[in-house]
Amino acid sequence: MAKLRQIAFYGKGGIGKSTTSQNTLAALADLGQKILIVGCDPKADSTRLILHAKAQDTILSLAAEAGSVEDLELEDVMKVGYKDIRCVESGGPEPGVGCAGRGVITSINFLEEEGAYEGIDYVSYDVLGDVVCGGFAMPIRENKAQEIYIVMSGEMMAMYAANNISKGILKYANSGGVRLGGLVCNERQTDKELELAESLAAKLGTKLIHFVPRDNIVQHAELRRMTVLEYAPDSKQAQEYRDLAQKIHNNSGNGIIPTPITMDELEDMLMEHGIMKPVDESVVGKTAAELAAEAAAA
Amino acid sequence: MTQDVQNVVDHFNLFRSPEYKDMFADKRKNFEFAHPDEKVEETAEWTKGWEYRKLNFEREALTVNPAKACQPLGAVFVAVGFEGTIPFVHGSQGCVAYYRSHFSRHFKEPSSCVSSSMTEDAAVFGGLNNMIDGLANTHAMYKPKMIAVSTTCMAEVIGDDLNGFISTAREKGSVPADFPVPYAHTPAFVGSHITGYDNALKGIVSHFWEGKERTPGEKINFIGGFDGYTVGNLREVKRIFDLMGVNYTILADNSDVWDTPADGEFRMYDGGTTLDDAKAALNAKATISMQQYCTEKTLDYIAKTGQETVAFNHPVGVAATDKFLMELSRITGLPIPDALTKERGRLVDAIADSSAHIHGKKFAIYGDPDLCYGLAGFLMELGAEPTHVLSTNGGKEWAVKMQELFDSSPFGKTCNVYAGKDLWHMRSLLNTEPVDFLIGNTYGKYLERDTGTPLIRIGFPVFDRHHHHRYPVWGYQGTMNTLVWILDKIFDEMDKSTIVPAKTDYSFDIIR
Repeated sequence: MAKLRQIAFYGKGGIGKSTTSQNTLAALADLGQKILIVGCDPKADSTRLILHAKAQDTILSLAAEAGSVEDLELEDVMKVGYKDIRCVESGGPEPGVGCAGRGVITSINFLEEEGAYEGIDYVSYDVLGDVVCGGFAMPIRENKAQEIYIVMSGEMMAMYAANNISKGILKYANSGGVRLGGLVCNERQTDKELELAESLAAKLGTKLIHFVPRDNIVQHAELRRMTVLEYAPDSKQAQEYRDLAQKIHNNSGNGIIPTPITMDELEDMLMEHGIMKPVDESVVGKTAAELAAEAAAA
Repeated sequence: MTQDVQNVVDHFNLFRSPEYKDMFADKRKNFEFAHPDEKVEETAEWTKGWEYRKLNFEREALTVNPAKACQPLGAVFVAVGFEGTIPFVHGSQGCVAYYRSHFSRHFKEPSSCVSSSMTEDAAVFGGLNNMIDGLANTHAMYKPKMIAVSTTCMAEVIGDDLNGFISTAREKGSVPADFPVPYAHTPAFVGSHITGYDNALKGIVSHFWEGKERTPGEKINFIGGFDGYTVGNLREVKRIFDLMGVNYTILADNSDVWDTPADGEFRMYDGGTTLDDAKAALNAKATISMQQYCTEKTLDYIAKTGQETVAFNHPVGVAATDKFLMELSRITGLPIPDALTKERGRLVDAIADSSAHIHGKKFAIYGDPDLCYGLAGFLMELGAEPTHVLSTNGGKEWAVKMQELFDSSPFGKTCNVYAGKDLWHMRSLLNTEPVDFLIGNTYGKYLERDTGTPLIRIGFPVFDRHHHHRYPVWGYQGTMNTLVWILDKIFDEMDKSTIVPAKTDYSFDIIR
């Protein structure tokens, strides 16, 4: 058996992380890889396209029912979907209570102890939004994911999040083996998106591994709780995901330690590309009426 | 009552004097607003019946007096068993105060352990700085040869990454580059002290063994597990090994650090498995664990290195000790010496002498899963019935194993196993299906008072009787001690129930 490859998808919430990861992993499964998806998002939507299900029962909800995690068996929490992709969702508490980060730790420990990683080529973690606490950094600790793929777009906040995640990776890169595999741009059709994404990748010291164009077929497939790979395997979009999957597959060991930038540098970058205008410091904090009065006086 | 310096009256007697008696009565009458005595009596009676027992066993959301402690306690127990090793618990200070006082109260010895003293800011920003400063201070102040790190609830909830933290601290110069800092994640809200024992020991052996090539040798590794009798037991095991001529390494040998002589010199560290022995233990032929449920992950790890692993369940008794020695003999190829055969004979003789008093007696036992198994087996060997066997940290697998043990003997016919239950469940069991004796730790004294079941103190912790931990309970000699403790209680009870002159003293005999 080839050595187990562990990867993780991080990215700002709502960026299309789960959609991108599931389509890509479906394409990897088409390549004959045996895959385990570990959803680390309390929303538990990291596996719905693979399983054709609304949301699978999560490890933590089942544990809460059974009394404790020790009372669970692997088969209780693991579902098998498209092309034998194995799926688990860690799950987590309702908003406003408890600790979702601890949930991720509990779930991953459980999976390792129960031998969920045996006989698998790929483990993929799908992790919520940002590196927000120690728990959400669990997949990038020693002996977990070797490469992180950050899903982003040309939007300011998505790039901000990508930069932040790079900071998280940097923190763990020196003590462990985690590396940044690259950026995946999920097109939002913002101005100069490809250019910006490539520029950010360069600043972080990595590369834009793939630019996934926007295509409505993704929505059509999602409504049917399917990946594009399964819904329309001959479509152009399916080929895009296949290309991305192949690139990730060939990217083993090519990850880098990222060089995150400051917020100012990020803004400078946007200005370089003409996305953001330099801020006129003289107008900051002035109301419209004040500005009108100043203009009249001039 | 004013106290007189020449004659300070202890609270035992002080509170019995009229002033105090009146004061307590007055306080109760005017300030406590208690329910009437009849009502209290009536409710107390109701809690002793079958109706209440049924409700009690349906309890879901509440645990009352669990008979278990938390993971880091087990981790500290392991850590002090290595040469010059200080346990370092990553978390807030109160937790460490608990481990230290718990061990000190049981072993009547100081118990050294440090904390990374996490406070509110560490909870928000992560405990990395606490690790960096903590390791540096520990290394500088206590001059250990090894620092064994474990965690508490707080560090685990915020997800502190020990591996990353320790290597960062090393880079920042907190400890020398080659200084051993093994670690284990020991969330206190998962499992119990036996899980912590397992995690910590696995953390230490894997720290020394990872990436090393094994050259199989002839030595045997021995692991005792979490054991309140560790001082006496490990010394007894060494005696047995020496009698047999076994070449051994005891992993986590805390028998000296918890029994240091009072010779005018304080030592923070004493004895323990040397770090060289811990490293070389990889090359052992086999590893023996006395307590299966304390060492599941550790033995799995050891087995993967190619060693044979054998696990017992806290063997007490003739058959259990026979099995232990015969396995030892099989693995080492060494014969069991005559000295031990003689000890066996003496034990059998002692059992025969006392058999009439113990045969048919009913017992309730609670404690760690292995201890319960070992004692239940011994009681059935004596012809007694371990009617209720309860382990808060025992799981489903253990319950099945216990049932198989009951099924193997006619004395197990009416016996039941209770996994994951607490001492409030035990109270219901003792009230509805009374037994002659209860075996448990110090906390059993409340059950003794509440249900009138005489308590034989065997387990951990024992705070209110001294020095029992210095006696072994393993081996033929240890079994002899166990037998004597049980018999002493039986005879004490016999005397108590025949002590009234001219009424019950027809049997207040000199000879028993």
